[in-house]
Amino acid sequence: MQVKFLSKGTTLIVSILGELDHHSAEYIRQKVDSEIIKATTKNIIFDFSKVTFMDSSGIGVILGRYKNVQKINGKTSIANVNSQIKRIFEMSGLFKIIPVYDNLDIAINKM
Amino acid sequence: MQPVNEMELKFLSKSNNESFARVAAAAFVSQLDPTLEEMADIKTAVSEAVTNAIIHGYENKVGFVTMRCSLYADSVEISISDEGMGIENIELARQPLYTSKPEMERSGMGFTVMENFMDRVEVISQLNSGTTIKMYKTFKSLKNKN
Ligand SMILES: Nc1ncnc2c1ncn2[C@@H]1O[C@H](COP(=O)(O)OP(=O)(O)OP(=O)(O)O)[C@@H](O)[C@H]1O
Ligand SMILES: [Mg+2]
Repeated sequence: MQVKFLSKGTTLIVSILGELDHHSAEYIRQKVDSEIIKATTKNIIFDFSKVTFMDSSGIGVILGRYKNVQKINGKTSIANVNSQIKRIFEMSGLFKIIPVYDNLDIAINKM
Repeated sequence: MQPVNEMELKFLSKSNNESFARVAAAAFVSQLDPTLEEMADIKTAVSEAVTNAIIHGYENKVGFVTMRCSLYADSVEISISDEGMGIENIELARQPLYTSKPEMERSGMGFTVMENFMDRVEVISQLNSGTTIKMYKTFKSLKNKN
């Protein structure tokens, strides 16, 4: 499991590579939160194109970061979600508050 | 009905065993040759039940989690047990968005995910002695073949 960051102005693109479960959640949380604290970051886009597995632990991780950027009036979105993971997000109602886009270009444009 | 194959696995309640358990279950079930999507459903449901045993059943203590799989011609039964604290109110626990650990960023969707990805989920639990989750799934891709 690996987390990669790319900044586009005040938007931080977070790419998660590998499995997002309870075991990896704490690492992802710490990594992303220490980036959010930096003055340059306001919005977050989660790139899910390299996520090979996710269970309900992922919902908590995304919602937690959403709340953290909301405190600095930032926005959160998700891009490149496969159908299995999309089902999990849909069940939780997460898409009602966090938009999902087919690819990164669209997500960046909508920020 | 007699199972065509069975297995039992026992492992410590450590979080790195979450991926071990779901990969082991998927590898065992793959004998039946279900679709990749059906395998992904199994992996996700197993991950939910095992994670619950670790974070809720045992909390910060260490104990053993037991996973049993029985294969039938076109279906599987998986049970995941812990000898942890048990569930006081099963009906409440199964409700979507109910979690006893919101401070740990849990979303309360584990049982809902299991129910959606499997055909049937049974919860057997006793306070202070443990919990068993039994899950059943018929592989639709195999049903037509037999
Ligand atoms: N094995 C278990 N032992 C004791 N309590 C359990 C067990 N499994 C589930 N529970 C209880 O049932 C509740 C609901 O479980 P569920 O998996 O749906 O949500 P969660 O684990 O709290 O959150 P999420 O799975 O979305 O991260 C838990 O918060 C916990 O109180
Ligand atoms: Mg859970």
